[in-house]
Amino acid sequence: MPALGADMEAGTVLQWLVKPGDAVKRGDIVAVVDTEKATIEVEIFQSGVVEKIVVPEGEKVPVGEVLAIIRADGEAAAPPPAEKPKPAAAPPSPRPAARPPAPPPTGEQAPAPPATKAAAVAPSVEKPKAPPPPARPEHPRLRISPLAMRVALELGVDVSKVKGTGLDGAITRADVERAAKAAAPTPAKVAAPEAAPKPAPVTPPVEAPKAPAPPKPAVSPAERQAMMRKAIAAAMGRSKREIPHYYLSTEIDMSRAMEWLRAGNLKRPVTERLLYAVMLLKAVALAVREVPEMNGFFVEGAFKRSEEIHVGVAISLRTGGLVAPAIHDVDKKSLSEIMVNLRDLVKRVRAGVLRSSEIADATITVTSLGEEGVETVFGIIYPPQVALVGFGKIVERPWAAGGMVGARPVISATLSADHRVSDGHRGALFLAAIARILQEPEKL
Amino acid sequence: MSAQAKTVRITYREAMRQAIREALQRDPRVFLMGEDVGKYGGCYAVSKGLLEEFGPERIRDTPLSESAFVGAGIGAAMGGMRPIVEIMTVNFSLLALDQIVNNAATILYMSGGQFNIPLVIRMTTGAGRQLAAQHSHSLEGWYAHIPGLKILTPATLEDARGMLWTALEDPDPVLIFENGALYNMEGEMAADAGAVDIDKAAIRRPGTDISLMTYGGTLGKTLEAAAELARAGVNAEVVDLRTLRPLDDATILDSVTRTHRALIVDEGWRSGSISAEISARIMERAFYELDAPVARVCSAEVPIPYAKHLEDAALPQVPAIVEAARAMVGEHG
Repeated sequence: MPALGADMEAGTVLQWLVKPGDAVKRGDIVAVVDTEKATIEVEIFQSGVVEKIVVPEGEKVPVGEVLAIIRADGEAAAPPPAEKPKPAAAPPSPRPAARPPAPPPTGEQAPAPPATKAAAVAPSVEKPKAPPPPARPEHPRLRISPLAMRVALELGVDVSKVKGTGLDGAITRADVERAAKAAAPTPAKVAAPEAAPKPAPVTPPVEAPKAPAPPKPAVSPAERQAMMRKAIAAAMGRSKREIPHYYLSTEIDMSRAMEWLRAGNLKRPVTERLLYAVMLLKAVALAVREVPEMNGFFVEGAFKRSEEIHVGVAISLRTGGLVAPAIHDVDKKSLSEIMVNLRDLVKRVRAGVLRSSEIADATITVTSLGEEGVETVFGIIYPPQVALVGFGKIVERPWAAGGMVGARPVISATLSADHRVSDGHRGALFLAAIARILQEPEKL
Repeated sequence: MSAQAKTVRITYREAMRQAIREALQRDPRVFLMGEDVGKYGGCYAVSKGLLEEFGPERIRDTPLSESAFVGAGIGAAMGGMRPIVEIMTVNFSLLALDQIVNNAATILYMSGGQFNIPLVIRMTTGAGRQLAAQHSHSLEGWYAHIPGLKILTPATLEDARGMLWTALEDPDPVLIFENGALYNMEGEMAADAGAVDIDKAAIRRPGTDISLMTYGGTLGKTLEAAAELARAGVNAEVVDLRTLRPLDDATILDSVTRTHRALIVDEGWRSGSISAEISARIMERAFYELDAPVARVCSAEVPIPYAKHLEDAALPQVPAIVEAARAMVGEHG
């Protein structure tokens, strides 16, 4: 289960778009996952053949859990039924399908396991070193020892049905082991410990009769909205707690840009006309090249610069709330390409279907409230990013230049930046770069 | 080493005396100082005969002022000597708390690392001998709270014989707590017994079902309890902590990781005790190994009574240890 946002802890597999035996290639969409914020398409980061679906549709699992096993190209298939754990020698071995994209946003979260390593962990299911995931919320609080709980997770024992014989009826390891023995041929569901998810090769036959829970109908819009509000609250609360923001603002003369855009759009078919927003996005991406400390993630107490420039675009939802999915490599794309991306993104955001890489990859965010008539926005940084650029609406203003006053279209650009990473001086250079780039629209 | 290693029959008291004598012989900087250590031979007769052997320069009787003679010991240590200061019992060491906590433990730091205090303070601790509330404290856990001190609790003949020399070699203050109930303990000890380490806990009895952790005066009771548990089919491991500061976390956690249950036996009072500290460390670092809550058998939280039956009832005893362990292990060994 990939981490699809700074505060995501778990996700529900709504639908599998592949089945065992299907060939997949890097970038394919293999599953649809429901998080607190949105329905998200999970991309695959490894070409190969789907060997096994580990988490059935309808099941909710914590971030870091193995969703499916992909056999890498050119690797022999595992003996189909009763798969024996095979030695983890061969380097290209089955790999967990979903790799959490992007660096794990916070330390609070399950560390994103490096996918390529995961498959190489010892095949035995005994004694994983890492502690089990936090107690499952579906059980009421049980009297069970921590060791027994750990063993139960390893053996796939449903502890709610185990009778405790320990102190005051507490369930002990011996109780769990006895229950596991009694229920011998049940499909053991191996909970991958968060630090080392591994393929779950267990002895019982694959067709073991675990009736997969029917995919739950998507949550009601009201619930969805409440969950999204909660997720936004968590991310924004964390941002304001942890990130020392500083704010800068400048006014940008948009006369050249708007004139160039108007002239250009006249030559384009209506469906391919550009919105000025794409110029802003491109200008931000190009300015990032000059001031790279605006672009990347602050994780584990240090700034990690990103070489790629993926601009997150804050898009509000009609039902309330917002998301900020990424347009990838904005600095390298033409305005037309960015426009196509933006249209597609807005459409899918409104439909509630985003891709995992879009959710987690943004390295800097742009927000614009111009449509709503606002002139200036001082935004809150979306952690673990370190900067956010805000644009207001374009208004005609008296503008003095060369001793003359004239009316010009002007937009206010603001920067919210992380003072742990950059200082006002660099922030000012960044805003100035955006303003300068927008004076030469033909170069965008 | 021959298979027939030579042993001697010896008491804890004599083992301790041997250790002091050896230290006095080996290092001219070593001297013993305290109340009645000379002419009277020590309140617990540990230093009996040493005045005659080494003379009043090195076996020094002091006035009844713990603060003064502990302070003198600190000064002597700073001046290059290797003093062994005997405080009659832990109960009276409270009069020297300022010297021990504010001076001995801190001078190395306060002097910017210029002055080590290679001082050894020995004192009797513990109850069980009908000496009443003011003479029955077990406060070694208190001292184990203080950074800058090392706290030793020899519970065996070998440790009584061997810990002192290692403590004297230590550049910093070391406190040795001798449980009063142990002085008459008698047993076989290797004739060539000598210095031992002071930084490792010891497994006195290996086991698989539960770890009984203890130190000093309750080691004997705990071993007895383990023997009784064995008869009931419970294979208990007994860990002798030996040193309360610094605690040997590795041995403690390793034992719990093998047995998955920990019971701590401590003659100190439960609240804020060394057993509380050990329990917390197990919880912090071996939580997912635990198959039962960590449990403790400690002294009742009362001034230790004088009356024999009440005093016995207030202290950790074999039946209580056995009962607590059996409850934890449950019906399956």
